Amino acid sequence: MRSKVVFARMLRNRQTRYGLIALLVLLLLAYVGPFFGPHDWLEKDFAAFMEPPSADHWWGTTQIGQDVYAVALHGMQKSIVIGFLVALISTGLAALVGASAGYFGGWLDKALMWGADLLLVLPSFLIIAIVSPNLRGGSWLWFVLLLAAFSWMITSRVVRSMTLSLREREYILAARYMGIPGWKIIIRHVVPNLSSLLIIDATLNVSAAIIGEAGLSFFGFGVQPPDVSLGTLIAAGSDKVPGYSWLFLFPSGLLVLLVLSVNLIGDGLRDALDPGSNS
Amino acid sequence: MTILEVNDLNVTFRGGIKAVRGVSYQLARGEVLGIVGESGSGKSVTSLAVMGLLPEGAEISGSVKLHGQELIGMPEEELTRLRGKSIGMIFQDPLSAFTPVYTIGAQIAEAVRIHQKVGKDKAAKRAVELLDLVGIPHPDVRAKAFPHEFSGGMRQRAMIAMAIANDPDVLICDEPTTALDVTIQAQVLEVLKTAQRETGAGIVMITHDLGVVAGLADRVLVMYAGRPVELGGVDEIYYRPRMPYTMGLLASIPRMDRPSARLIPIEGNPPSPAALPPGCPFAPRCPMKVDACDDGEPELEPVGPGSRRAACIRAHEIELKNLDGATIYPVPEPPAETEASRPRAERETVLKVEDLIRHYPLMKGAVFKRRVGTVHAVDGISFDIAEGETLGLVGESGCGKTTTLQQIMQLEAPQDGTVVVLGKDSAKLGRGERTALRRDLQIVFQDPMAALDPRMPVGDILAEPLRAHGRKDVPARVAELLTLVGLEPSHAERYPQNFSGGQRQRIGIARALALEPKLIVLDEPVSALDVSIQAGVINLLEDLKVKLGLSYLFVAHDLSVVRHIADRVAVMYLGKIAEIGAVEEVYARPAHPYTRALLSAIPLPDPNLERSRERILLEGDLPSPASPPSACRFRTRCPKRARLSAEDARRCDTEEPIVTRLAPAADHGAACHYPEVTEVPETAVS
Repeated sequence: MRSKVVFARMLRNRQTRYGLIALLVLLLLAYVGPFFGPHDWLEKDFAAFMEPPSADHWWGTTQIGQDVYAVALHGMQKSIVIGFLVALISTGLAALVGASAGYFGGWLDKALMWGADLLLVLPSFLIIAIVSPNLRGGSWLWFVLLLAAFSWMITSRVVRSMTLSLREREYILAARYMGIPGWKIIIRHVVPNLSSLLIIDATLNVSAAIIGEAGLSFFGFGVQPPDVSLGTLIAAGSDKVPGYSWLFLFPSGLLVLLVLSVNLIGDGLRDALDPGSNS
Repeated sequence: MTILEVNDLNVTFRGGIKAVRGVSYQLARGEVLGIVGESGSGKSVTSLAVMGLLPEGAEISGSVKLHGQELIGMPEEELTRLRGKSIGMIFQDPLSAFTPVYTIGAQIAEAVRIHQKVGKDKAAKRAVELLDLVGIPHPDVRAKAFPHEFSGGMRQRAMIAMAIANDPDVLICDEPTTALDVTIQAQVLEVLKTAQRETGAGIVMITHDLGVVAGLADRVLVMYAGRPVELGGVDEIYYRPRMPYTMGLLASIPRMDRPSARLIPIEGNPPSPAALPPGCPFAPRCPMKVDACDDGEPELEPVGPGSRRAACIRAHEIELKNLDGATIYPVPEPPAETEASRPRAERETVLKVEDLIRHYPLMKGAVFKRRVGTVHAVDGISFDIAEGETLGLVGESGCGKTTTLQQIMQLEAPQDGTVVVLGKDSAKLGRGERTALRRDLQIVFQDPMAALDPRMPVGDILAEPLRAHGRKDVPARVAELLTLVGLEPSHAERYPQNFSGGQRQRIGIARALALEPKLIVLDEPVSALDVSIQAGVINLLEDLKVKLGLSYLFVAHDLSVVRHIADRVAVMYLGKIAEIGAVEEVYARPAHPYTRALLSAIPLPDPNLERSRERILLEGDLPSPASPPSACRFRTRCPKRARLSAEDARRCDTEEPIVTRLAPAADHGAACHYPEVTEVPETAVS
């Protein structure tokens, strides 16, 4: 019943509709777009280096003759997957750890928070830089896990302190007195009441993960060539903006649109989940 | 002599919300004007507008004249000079009205120095005098205390001292006693009367409690949906109301003198100030509505002899026929009594609490915690509830009511003593048994907003206990439950915040009923509701009890509600039971001095009784449960002990009284060495 009501409320919001449409278009572009382009992303056109956009190369070509349209879309696929996966894993982990620590308290709370603090004091960039060469042959999914593992701690502390105050609310007491087990109360009452925070956090995490991935890729620790992501493309195009702006503008434009549409949806979801908001 | 004159005051908030519409009144020197209304009726906004304290964005029109000087549109600087000097204000919550980082004395002295040219030491001396005036013991020492070191009642006294520091001409009191317990409320009302005598100020007393106004006010203004609907002398309003809303309001209060009569609720809810009905705003709820009521809003017009005015097109008819609330409002059918109730001894005991103890350790220190004391929250109480019975658990805040409830609801082994629910000892329950027992034991909370998960539609809230205990026919049962508590099955898709307070409380009750429990624990279920709504919820609880054969443990601080709904009552004081017994016995012949004081402190919505009755005023505040008095807990405040001989009184100091049955009565016990035996004269408690 709840999901139906929430969905109806969400669709009523105009900005959310725009966000949803934009994201849908971007997803279609990323996954269906390459089939319509005249070139494959691995193909190199030795007759056209650094060509501006034309009828043959819609978004121009790169230094080594790759079609920017094909490469950017392929990079976006990777960025979308990494961004969403990292956000999902880290926010989910934060909610789970924070809510359990706050709700159950006692030694579980101490152990979980000690773990979170430990991860907080470790310099994540350094760890990823050290670990990633060992994963060079492995799947990029390891990279996702690494990114997620270092981005949930602060949120989980916030979730924990909010859970501490939620725990004393009468509806939680009512549920407890009804004989509902703790983990069900967490899922059904605690987490939905933190959903505003979690959704904003997840949205921010999507962009943070994409940007974090770009930063690491720039230094060679992230997505490894020949594979590309929006991050590596932006990094590669950033120094050629004055003369060859298409190298930078198309990937970064896609990145901005991607983050913006995710943010719009996040806003709409928050409003729909929070019956107190009027918009 | 009129000192404050309000004419056609209108306040509109952003978004076209008309909070106050056309309020006019005059206040003479030494007069007390009561402004009565339910939440959202615009009574507080009216007084804030008079003080010029409304937030920006509020549009104010009309006129407010103090000594003939117009206050509306006056520059802020000049207003500041008047505020606190000519107009004093007393707020509801005295804790947030004081700055926590300065001492009480310093804050009162500051109020003096802002408006008078006196030296620091003189102002400090004046502060001590003022604290003495409002009855704070050792004022010279207490003046150096910080706000958090004062109890609620003491803070409110200090607030009054601050308000009268500059001999104001007008005192505006916004629900000054709502946050206080009845015995403290009685003390503070006395102080207010003293303050008025000393300053000769006119008082505007804003409250929702018709009892408080009855004893204090000379004239009463009743507000509804931002409009004054009736204005008149206090006797006229209480004995001969002429506006159906006032009539309904008076009829809906549970009365100590008519305990068995059915309460008369006003159907429906007050209109939202953003969407007012076209005609009379009360018309949708009015039992006397005729078509002409929708034509336009009635003006406040004189009715009958005297100064009384009412805003109702049928007021003259009411005057002629001399109607009252009980005749114009439909009296709800009393629930049909199922099988003549068997004697109590033959019925099954659903809850038995014996020598229940709950102490909390008082810890100090940040790194190395050490125990510095013990809070005796519940200190050995015993009571039982038979099938189909309602036990009222009464006491002031801090007496251990809530802790008792938690101990029962947790269904775990208490620190000491036993809790037996439906024949099962809570200490000996296995995990599965405990869950199964929860079906039969449910709770309704005080605050209907906090008790319902705001993120869940009502249908899911009601389905939760059903699913948790594996019921199959969930949607059908949800619809059935909603109908049972007087709501529409189609409401299941809405969120709690789309409902009014009374409706939310009905949802809370429906949830408690979902699993067909045998015992429901009600934690102050009506104290957060307006009186007109409260009556409907109380009636619902009574009906359900008979219909479903429920037992209630009804926790409340409102003694008149308990008198109305309960069969037996237990009065708690500082973690112990002071008196317990059948309601008729306890209310007619209260044996414990504390019960007597409690009963005499309840304000009655009857001006004559209220003026003539003698109050037993208790001294001081509730002692801290961390260091309760030895032997008899009540001895430090006991009015009876003061009258005992020194030898008799020694027994109170050395020997702890236990609850003993009082001989002639079948079901009545008190924990007092010298219980009162005389019947209370009707005027004192009725």
